[in-house]
Amino acid sequence: MTRTYTSRARELVDTPSPVISCTDVNIYYGKFRAVSDVTLEFGDREITALIGPSGCGKSTVLRSLNRMNDLIPGARVEGVIDYHGQNIYDRGVDAIEVRRRIGMVFQKPNPFPKSIFDNIAYGPRVSGMQVDNMEELVEKSLRDAALWDEVKDKLKQSAFGLSGGQQQRLCIARTIAVQPEVILMDEPCSALDPIATMKIEDLMQQLREQYAIIIVTHNMQQAARVADRTAFFTAMASEETGDRTGQLVEYDTTEVIFERPADQRTEDYISGRFG
Amino acid sequence: MSLPRSPEAATLDRVSAVIEPTESPAPVGRDFPAGFLAARSRPGETITLGLMKLSAWVSIAITIGIVVALLIPSIDFFRQVSVMDFLFGTRWAPRFANASFGVVPLVTATLWTTLIALCTAVPLGLGAAVYLAEYAPWRVRKLLKPILEILAGVPTVVYGLFALTFVQQTVLRDWLGFTTGAFSVLAAGLVMGVMIVPTVASVSEDAMSAVPNALRQGSAALGANRMQTTLRVVFPAALSGIVAAIILGVSRAVGETMIVAIAAGSQARIVGGPLEQGLTMTSFIANAALGDSRVGSLAYDTLFAVGLLLFVITLVVNAISIAFVRRFREAY
Repeated sequence: MTRTYTSRARELVDTPSPVISCTDVNIYYGKFRAVSDVTLEFGDREITALIGPSGCGKSTVLRSLNRMNDLIPGARVEGVIDYHGQNIYDRGVDAIEVRRRIGMVFQKPNPFPKSIFDNIAYGPRVSGMQVDNMEELVEKSLRDAALWDEVKDKLKQSAFGLSGGQQQRLCIARTIAVQPEVILMDEPCSALDPIATMKIEDLMQQLREQYAIIIVTHNMQQAARVADRTAFFTAMASEETGDRTGQLVEYDTTEVIFERPADQRTEDYISGRFG
Repeated sequence: MSLPRSPEAATLDRVSAVIEPTESPAPVGRDFPAGFLAARSRPGETITLGLMKLSAWVSIAITIGIVVALLIPSIDFFRQVSVMDFLFGTRWAPRFANASFGVVPLVTATLWTTLIALCTAVPLGLGAAVYLAEYAPWRVRKLLKPILEILAGVPTVVYGLFALTFVQQTVLRDWLGFTTGAFSVLAAGLVMGVMIVPTVASVSEDAMSAVPNALRQGSAALGANRMQTTLRVVFPAALSGIVAAIILGVSRAVGETMIVAIAAGSQARIVGGPLEQGLTMTSFIANAALGDSRVGSLAYDTLFAVGLLLFVITLVVNAISIAFVRRFREAY
């Protein structure tokens, strides 16, 4: 097959130097176990895609990586999510510090009802970053998010005047402004048209040079286009309770997942036989 | 030699036999009698619409009627008393032999009680609203909000007695040892503030709860804590609702009658401090409108002039707040 994957651009090391490692992670909403026994490592400066059918727990896993699940009443994480030698769910870990280093871009663009400038400056301001020149930081963040040329003349205008794709890039710029190490993206293109999607995907390729990116996507072509590695999740009925709970089926380089998956369920999903 | 028919073909025959009934009526969407798209009259809808239009216009007409009813006696009043003497005069003695119609004493009393009420109600109300909307667990919120709203249902005469007996006598005089008479604008203002708390809290809580969660999540994902998210994202986004809540509170405080009539006092003197007693505009109307003023007399017209001033004050406060919201609101 002549199809090429992102990994062509860069030699992938066999085991990624992990930036985040999950070990035996179980995630519960109240008594319901949404995700069971996930163990996987996310590589630094790589794009990792989490794919799978609806209800397979991929978004739940993503949100657990920077403790966004804390905002959902009843959500609970068991197991270890290691970030630089520290389990982020240990007692005494400040969720706010975690989120400063592991940023997140959401499914629907969610700019604040403020000016473009204030949207970018928000993160540095609230986290007390020492910023000598906010104008410079805003410009750099917007340039890095490939949005500067489109908005440089209207920084004082409301972010709500931008198109959906621009708003999403603004949200990416906003995330970059606090200089995180990891960027989580929860279906960042599902509310965008194909051209805006393409721009975001190009942007991800640039950001990959500096950040670890973990993306949840429903779009398998997108995973195949952008990701270095892909994790396939599915929902399985639990033997004890019969509840459907999300599980990691297979995790490998994107090429392997899409060309010669080891698991039949992956093969079926990739080839469109279910899901 | 004829070929045997395939089983699929046989099945197809059977299916088509089922879906080809000859006498079944055509489905509605396939029926095209003459004039089939002609407009049809729906009397029920016309009547409902008419009734709704009527209600809308009646409420507008009533409001205009009230304004006119206020204006006509007021015009009579201002034929006899100059507007300047009324607005800037500092002696209010409408029933004395040498009558004087300076409204300033009444205005100061109203300002003091309103200001004290707002200083009580805005911090308490917004604090309660922020707690309920942003922090309280779901169960606490479900319990607290109805209780808070019960406060709004307490008759104001009860609040008035509470202000007069408990707050003025027991708290201010006995416990705190303030030198103050039987009445004070402080006691009336404080209790009026408590009365407004549910209004401010409930309306601004609704405004804050209506701010999309996506904004809170976006803020949290940038490393903001809850207080920062509340103050910098939720508050500006909910500003118009919060200001509306405060304005509603102001309007109620300016217009509140029973509490001030009972607890603030009845002597029309310029109020210089919170422990003094004072006659507010509403108290004056309540005290004077006892039915013994002859229609068309100056005493009668005075009531309406003061009423008109109250109305204008409320209108101005509303206009200012609308301008404020336009300027500072961060609409989502």
